[in-house]
Formats: sequence, C-alpha cells, structure tokens
Amino acid sequence: MRRLMFDKFHEWYEKRHDYARDWLAKNDGEVVGCFCSYVPEEILYAGGMLPVRMLGSHEPQDVTEPHIFGMYCPFCRDVLAQGLKGRYDYMKGIVLSQSCLHLRQAFTSWNNHVPVDFSFYLYMPNKVQTEHARPYYAAELIKIKGALEKWSGKSITDESLEAAVELYNENRRLMHEVYDLRKGPDPKVTGLEAMHMVASSFFVDKKDHNAELKRILPELKSRTLDRETGGRLMIVGSENDDTEFIAMVESVGATVVVDDHCTGSRYFWNLTERNGDLLQDIANRYLDRPPCPTKDWEERRRFPHILQLAKDFGVDGVILIQQKFCDPHECDMVPLKETLKEAGYPTLFLEFDVTVPIGPMRIRVEAFLEMLGVEELF
Amino acid sequence: MPEYKTEPLKCWPKAKELRQKYYLDYQEAHDKKGLRWTGGAWAFDAIPAGLGRDVYNITGEPYGASIAFDKKLSMECLEAAEAKGWARDLCSYMRNYWGSMYLNKYAFGGEYPKPDFCFQDHICCSHGKWYQHVAEYKDIPYFCIDVSVGPYKDLDENRLMFVVNQMHESIEWLEKITGRKYQDELLIEAVENEVRSTSTWAEICCLNMNRPAPLDEKTMYSLYVHGTLAKHSGEMADFYEELRDEVKYRVDNHIAALPNERCRLMSDTQPPWGFLEVFRYLEQFGAISVGSLYTFGLIGIWETKPDGTWGPRTTPMQKGESITTRDQALRVLADWNLSKPEWQHFYDPNLKTEMMLQIAKQWQLDGVMLHLNRGCEGLSCGIMENRLGIAKAGIPVMTFEGNMGDEREFDEKRVMTRIDSFMETLDMEILETPVGKA
Ligand code: SF4
Ligand code: SF4
Repeated sequence: MRRLMFDKFHEWYEKRHDYARDWLAKNDGEVVGCFCSYVPEEILYAGGMLPVRMLGSHEPQDVTEPHIFGMYCPFCRDVLAQGLKGRYDYMKGIVLSQSCLHLRQAFTSWNNHVPVDFSFYLYMPNKVQTEHARPYYAAELIKIKGALEKWSGKSITDESLEAAVELYNENRRLMHEVYDLRKGPDPKVTGLEAMHMVASSFFVDKKDHNAELKRILPELKSRTLDRETGGRLMIVGSENDDTEFIAMVESVGATVVVDDHCTGSRYFWNLTERNGDLLQDIANRYLDRPPCPTKDWEERRRFPHILQLAKDFGVDGVILIQQKFCDPHECDMVPLKETLKEAGYPTLFLEFDVTVPIGPMRIRVEAFLEMLGVEELF
Repeated sequence: MPEYKTEPLKCWPKAKELRQKYYLDYQEAHDKKGLRWTGGAWAFDAIPAGLGRDVYNITGEPYGASIAFDKKLSMECLEAAEAKGWARDLCSYMRNYWGSMYLNKYAFGGEYPKPDFCFQDHICCSHGKWYQHVAEYKDIPYFCIDVSVGPYKDLDENRLMFVVNQMHESIEWLEKITGRKYQDELLIEAVENEVRSTSTWAEICCLNMNRPAPLDEKTMYSLYVHGTLAKHSGEMADFYEELRDEVKYRVDNHIAALPNERCRLMSDTQPPWGFLEVFRYLEQFGAISVGSLYTFGLIGIWETKPDGTWGPRTTPMQKGESITTRDQALRVLADWNLSKPEWQHFYDPNLKTEMMLQIAKQWQLDGVMLHLNRGCEGLSCGIMENRLGIAKAGIPVMTFEGNMGDEREFDEKRVMTRIDSFMETLDMEILETPVGKA
C-alpha cells in the first residue's frame, strides 16, 4: 500500500530522461535545463517549455577533471558530468540563475562543451534583503522572458504566465499538504517518499505532478504507516537528493519529518503572492524564498525559519549535511549548529560526496539516535 | 646573453612606510576619536570616507595575506578558526582573519582592534558571509553591497542602478549608525582619488611591457597592495603617481628587475604568500613573471583602446568631466568598479581567458603559470577552463596546486619540480652564473 502510493514519484525520479523524451514526443516545446532552484521556472513553462532541474547521478566519474578544479563541490561536478556524458542530449536549452560560484562553473563549462541552442545566465541578486533587489530582479525577468520568446518564436502571453503561476502555486500548495501530514505523532509519509516527491517535481510537467498529488492526497490523510516513527529528524544543508542515505537513516529507527534543502522544502515553501505586476510578483517570490546561505545576509533569515520548522514538525534532532567544499553552507554551519544547540536541538554533522559512504554514516547515525534516546526501538 | 643594470626602487621605503602607517592608523583610530571599519579589499572604501577624515579601515584580504606571510602566526590563526569548527577548505584569508579576531591578536602587535562597523561588497560566495560573522562575533553593525550584476560588457542601466541604489542606501545607513552627517565633498574627493590610483596602477603595469621588465611580480605584490588597502586615499594615489614616474625612469634607462631576463611569464591568482621563493627560483632560469591578471586587474582599472590594446582606463577627470553631486560620484564609483578585470571571470571563464591571452600578447610572454589556489574559490573559479583556453591558443601553460594563506596545502618541492619540467618544455636551463653576479 505504502509503496504504491509514492511509486509514481519514485519512477519519475529514476526515469527522468525517459519522461523528458516522452514529453518531447508529445509536446511542441523544448526541455530546458535549470541550474539551481532559483530559476523562475514558471516563465519557461509559460513559454511551452519543460523546465528540468539539473541534478547529479551519484556515480563516480572522471570526466570533469579538465573543467572544474577539485576544490569545488562534488554536486557541481556531478551535474557537469551528466552533460559531458551526453545524458541530456535531448535538452536544447540551459538557464542558470545566479547563486553560488560552484554551480556557475557547471553551467559555464556546459556552455563551452555541450552543444545547446539556448543558454541564459540570469543575474539574480544575492542581496535579496534590500528593497532595490525587487525592481532589479523583475527587470532581469523581462530579459529572460524576451530571450525565451526570441528563441522559441512564440510569445509568452499574460494568460499563459497567469496559468503557469497558478499551476506552480498549486503544486507548492499540494506538496505543502503532504508535508503537513508529517507533523503529527505518526507521520504519514517517510522522508524517502517526500524526497522522491519533491525531486520528481523537478523533472515532471507540473500538470502531471499535480494530478498524481491529488490522486494520493485523500488516501494519504487516512494512511497509517506499518513502521515505528522512532527519532524524528530534520535534515538541513546543501543540495541533497541522496535517497540511499535517507533510506538508511529511516531503516535504523528514525523518520525524517522535515528538511531545509533546495531539493526539499525550500523549493516549494512559499507561493507567488499576487499583488499586481505578474513578473514583479514572480520576482518577489524567489527573493522571499527561505534563503540559500549565499543569499542570507546581512540579517540571518534562514535560522529562524529552520527553528520554526523544527518546532512545527516536532523534531528530536537535526542532521546537518553538506556537500564537501560547499562554501555557502560551510559559512553557515558553525552558527547554525550553535543556534540549534541553544534551542535544544542536538545535531549530527555529515559531509557528503558524490557517492555516500553508507557504512560509516550508518554507525554515526545510529550513535546519534542512541544519544537522542531512541535506542529502545532496536 | 644581455646583462641589464638593476637597482633598488627608490620609493621602496615610502611604500613600506605607507603600509605601516595604514595599519597603525587603524589601530590608533580610537585614540584620535576616529572611526574604525572593516571590510573587503574590494569594498567601496570611498563611501565611508564621506564620514570624515578620521575614518580608518582595514581590509580583510591583505590583512589575511600579512598573517599568511608570518607562518607561525598564520598557523595559530588557522587552528583557532578550525577549533571553532570552520571547514579547512574555506577562504584562507577569511580563516586567518577570523583566527586573529578569536585570538585577539593584531598581526602588527597588540590586540585585535575592534571595528565600529563592517562595510563589505559581495561577488564571491564568501564575501557577504565573512563579515556577517565578524559583525555577529563583535556585535557591530554591518552593511554589504551586492555587486553581482554580471560582466561589464553586459552592464545596463538596471544593473548599474542596483549597485548605485544600494550605495545610496549605505550612506543613509552610515549616517544612522555613526550619528555623523555625511559629507558629499569628501566622497567626491575619495572617488577622484580612487579612479586616479587604480588607473595609475594600470599605467605602471603597462610599463612592464618593456624589455627588460622594470618590475618583477614579486615586487609588484608589495606595491599593488596599497590599492587593496585604501584605493580611495589621496596618499595612495599620490604614491602611485610617484611610483609610475620612477618606473618610467627605469624603462628609459633600461633598469631591469632581473639582470638576465630571457623568459617572460605570467602567473595567476594570489601566490602562496609564505612561499614567494618560487619567484626567486624562476630567476635561476633567467625567467621573470612580469605580472598577471591578478596583479594587474585586482585593483587596476583598464579599458580596451581604439587600436584593440589594453591600457589604463581614462578617468573622468582626464576626460574633462567633473563630479559635483553624490549621485554622480556613486555612478562613477559603481561603473568604474564594475569594469574591474578581476570581476569579469566570476561570470564567465572565457572572459578571463580572453584577458589573459591579451596580456600574453601585449606583454610578450613565453608561458603562463596557473596557481590552482585552494585558498580562494573566487579567483580559482573557472581556472581549468582558462587552462584549456590558453593551451588551445598555443601558449605553454603549467599548473601548480597551493593555497595563498594556508601553508599546509603547499608542497614547495613538488612545485619546484613542476617548474623544472615546465622550464624544460620552454627550453630553459638553470643559468650557470647566479643572478646578478656576472
Ligand atoms: S550552495 Fe553548494 S550545494 Fe548549493 S548549489 Fe551551490 S555548491 Fe551546490
Ligand atoms: S575566496 Fe577569494 S574572492 Fe572570495 S573572499 Fe576569499 S579571497 Fe576573496
């Protein structure tokens, strides 16, 4: 029963390339690769395109050595490897929304070495906290909209943009509903399922994704998991679609009940609020998102958000994960740990690479759970 | 083989004195009832200058480099940062700086002088975060201007105004947190000084196109630094004009940096500061590094001249334009800085490759040495693509790994061996007569 419910998301996640090829066969549009979760996908979607977030494959590789120096995060190298290996040979366009230097290299090297018809570097502000970021970013969105129209030869009308914004908001609302079902004493969704759900939404037409969410939600509400909840964990940190890791954590007496990841809650947490000018509203939504550390200064807005999540989801402890060499997250780790500690949340810090050393990590997770006092489960 | 005259730089003592005075002024600022602020070497230092003539700053990168130069102190600082839990692969300037703050040890003697506020700009992932931590740790106010608006070639009014508007906002903030009235005439003076010093530095770098080169890069490191300390200062701008005149004199009189120059190279990114001996080693081959995009373009401001060559950017004053209002001053300041060569490759490595190839052509280089600098993610960004681009253009290129500010990541012997092989590919052998002893 449980498996069936989230099977579709799992399948989409695993077979993302098949889905995209199939989509191309059925639609008069292009697949566009999005580097970073800050790309305003609604605009691409309104232009008849399928935005696809670029993730890695978690396989060891050696094709990126000549392109990205080894001190940059494994995630950006894994992403580039996908392009160099021709895994996205069906994809004709790429878009980068400015965030960290690491991913920027994956984008620029892709641009240099993987043939594409369209590439766009969107200068998204990093200081999202100044009011001046709003008009600035909205004007940059006009540029990407124009560039997409020029490339596709089709205009992005107000109606199509309205519809895309609504569709994306609906997807966000629905995923919120699923997340809410993890708040209670017996979460109705596992962390692994939630990860498959969010990560698949990066690759799948939101129409299809929404339909699947609507299909499972009624059943989900009355679902009882045939497993103990165990320790309630939150996972916080840099890019993470390490499904194998989550599966391991949840196999040793814990449930991941919430996260603060760009591959998780941060992707869909806030909605596009309609106030007036549509592009301005879209711009505001991305600027107001629960921030990535690289966009979280001078004031820290990320930490209060994380604490609120921990409270709302009744978290016992927090696993802090970080891609090796990810400077933005490394710059937050020490104060984040302190903040969580002060608020009474024990933490476990784990550093991630392309592949996950499951054995050693299991030992550390087990020790952490023991410390949280959930050892009686075994 | 030619044997050129050499002589020490006459303004060397002045350079040293200015640098010492800078660090001392900062330390003693409060004794003079002045203000102290801290921020990056790329911060818009001309802006706080409008608060008065008794406002002193310290810039984090050169400060981190000064610490790195003192290997013992650096190790203490790096370990202090690690003891707090910071990752070892973070910017090594930042870790040296933070360590000095934690240990309450000023690199120039005494305690770490507590700043009154932080004022930074942001283009590299570490910029905004560096002073966020300083501000929290020292419980002081913080303002940071985001300059990540794309390369200069794509600059438009919207992008420029994002920076200018934040600058206006920063002035209101400065007035609020210091309780001082902002003086536009001081801002204008500082902006004029900044464009003068950064354009003059580019002029000095151009003089190194001559053969023999009047300056070697190791010497240039001690000279460009003034621009990283306080590019807005009249004293620094005057010093650069004096230096330019002296370097011109050296060119006119064939006074060389290296008596037996026979191979011209350039480097890239910050050097491993504790190991500048690498440059002395090159000299054994008669090889000289005449500069780099880093020494030329970290502070120097350039433009492409009508004939396609690279030269110092013409200042508004040279164009006969006068700056009379705050808004005008800020627009000039933003536009000027956004054209900084070292900012361009943050967006696209190809832009850096183009600049490097231009330097290789104009400065008549025989090869390029790329420092794969583990200490600086900002300047190493895209460096492997640069390597490919330079090699594709047919210019010999070598790489060596290191770290500008963390000596644990520099293997001197290994680098020397790589240099040996590189020299071999360039057909260079160690000269029999030691440098300067002929
Ligand atoms: S912040 Fe780190 S994990 Fe996130 S995109 Fe950038 S390099 Fe990757
Ligand atoms: S990593 Fe490099 S560019 Fe970034 S703050 Fe450090 S020295 Fe500056």
